[in-house]
Amino acid sequence: MGQTITQKILAAHSGREYVEPGELINVRLDLVLGNDITAPIAIREFEKIGAETVFDKERVALVPDHSTPNKDIKSAELVKILRDFSRKHKITNFFEIGKMGVEHTLLPDEGLVGPGDAVIGADSHTCTYGALGAFSTGVGSTDLAFAMAMGETWFKVPEQIKFVYYGKMPKWVSGKDLILYTIGQIGVDGALYCSMEFTGEAIREMEMAGRFTMCNMAIEAGGKNGIIEPDEITEQYIKGRLKRSHAIYKSDPDATYKDVIEIDVSKLEPIVSFPHLPENAKPISQATDVKIDQSVIGSCTNGRIEDLRIAASILKGRKVHPDVRLIVIPATQEIYMQSIKEGLTEIFVEAGGAVSTPTCGPCLGGHMGVLAAGERSVATTNRNFVGRMGHTKAEVYLANPAIAAASAVLGRLGSPEELD
Amino acid sequence: MIKGTVHKYGNNVDTDVIIPARYLNTTDPKELASHCMEDIDVDFVKKVKPGDIIVADDNFGCGSSREHAPIAIKESGISAVIANTFARIFYRNSLNTGLPILECPEAVAGISDGDQVEIDLENGVINNVTTGKSYQAKPFPPFMRELINVGGLVNYAKAKLGK
Repeated sequence: MGQTITQKILAAHSGREYVEPGELINVRLDLVLGNDITAPIAIREFEKIGAETVFDKERVALVPDHSTPNKDIKSAELVKILRDFSRKHKITNFFEIGKMGVEHTLLPDEGLVGPGDAVIGADSHTCTYGALGAFSTGVGSTDLAFAMAMGETWFKVPEQIKFVYYGKMPKWVSGKDLILYTIGQIGVDGALYCSMEFTGEAIREMEMAGRFTMCNMAIEAGGKNGIIEPDEITEQYIKGRLKRSHAIYKSDPDATYKDVIEIDVSKLEPIVSFPHLPENAKPISQATDVKIDQSVIGSCTNGRIEDLRIAASILKGRKVHPDVRLIVIPATQEIYMQSIKEGLTEIFVEAGGAVSTPTCGPCLGGHMGVLAAGERSVATTNRNFVGRMGHTKAEVYLANPAIAAASAVLGRLGSPEELD
Repeated sequence: MIKGTVHKYGNNVDTDVIIPARYLNTTDPKELASHCMEDIDVDFVKKVKPGDIIVADDNFGCGSSREHAPIAIKESGISAVIANTFARIFYRNSLNTGLPILECPEAVAGISDGDQVEIDLENGVINNVTTGKSYQAKPFPPFMRELINVGGLVNYAKAKLGK
């Protein structure tokens, strides 16, 4: 009987030939991840379990990225818990400030995740690594504690939904727009408990940055994981990065899907998701009367060098609107340095933008760009829930980097097409 | 037997409104509970009494993986959450931290804010004392029942390690 890529990876990690959707299985893990918000609770629970040490000191990644560089004393105490634990257990993948990046951009770039892996992370956007053809999903702190001790976890094998994107992508339309449009179509629980498999010619032609963005937001439709079959683009990306062997899995032609959804991308415009749910997706042409106070370009969704290049191409020679604060956050130190080398950082600063060291910061209303009551921000981030970027009476509009950059210049939501 | 007053909410109650990120610089359950539901119901902390029950529509607990959400709810005095559906990470986190959750669309439809409700967790029976109607929640699969019975994932791990 045919299986999907997700089933095959889960089967391979549970010592089975075949797994059936709905089955509960124990899965061996290739990597487990925690951050400065979730790992302190995981470490507390890990101590309660009473395991001597972690299952594999090279397969536990601890990334202090949410409230760092430490935004207050309490956050500093939390990061210290990660640092002390990492020293005690000789964890090789603790990323100190200066080496740290936004976790879901950092780990693939560091070569810690590869095709065919099974990964959990105590962060909901752990589903990002599906872009490499890995099974990867978010869990909570206690699940992370268990996985750090045992190197395994339990899963219900998810049902699968296949999304087929066909047609040529219009200018300024990106992976971000495809996923926002998809969430708009199926809703924030449209893929609840399910695997979302992204396929079709538009995906085959998409670079890794766009693929990471799409898998990153599978959780925003309630999905357990997002996944894309590896191909030459994946191989090119992992070359020289991946530190372990990997395995390529592909879905069988006769694999079973709960649903198959086809989307013609040639008809799409850039999408903006209005407050307060990612499913409130509108084409940019219907969104141009919204004034903004802030534009954030960054996060685990859109903080890659490709994203910064697009933003810089629009901001070059232009100025940020006097009523707008532009905040640009390269996702990792490597991207930060690349942005300097390519002259992108200079473009952002010349335009009147602030460029930050890597952090999740404003995405979750932590620091580095928190909103006051009544303020609006366009953001390349992933969530626009009530209070997400600050005050409960503030608003977040999710968009791609081109829209965020153009809007920063226009002082309102708008497309690069509107700039002279 | 659980018994309490119902606090009812709608669809997609996300973990950012259950416990806003500005309070995630602590892991102390009491401190987290003092801000529970703050961004969806600013009076929640003042009105909640030990034993009370949260009832909500679809996709309760969506968004962030923060386990601080079920921790805050449990510590606030809430004895169980009934919803049409739960987001999957919240579902796992609740089992792992010992917050009782029940999926029962019929009960959600038949329970109003302020109703008195009794729950027999063992059998998944929900009784609306105010209206006199009873509902049967979806049973948990055997493995999850085992997790609940041993008191969560940490105890399960201890048993597995022979601690």
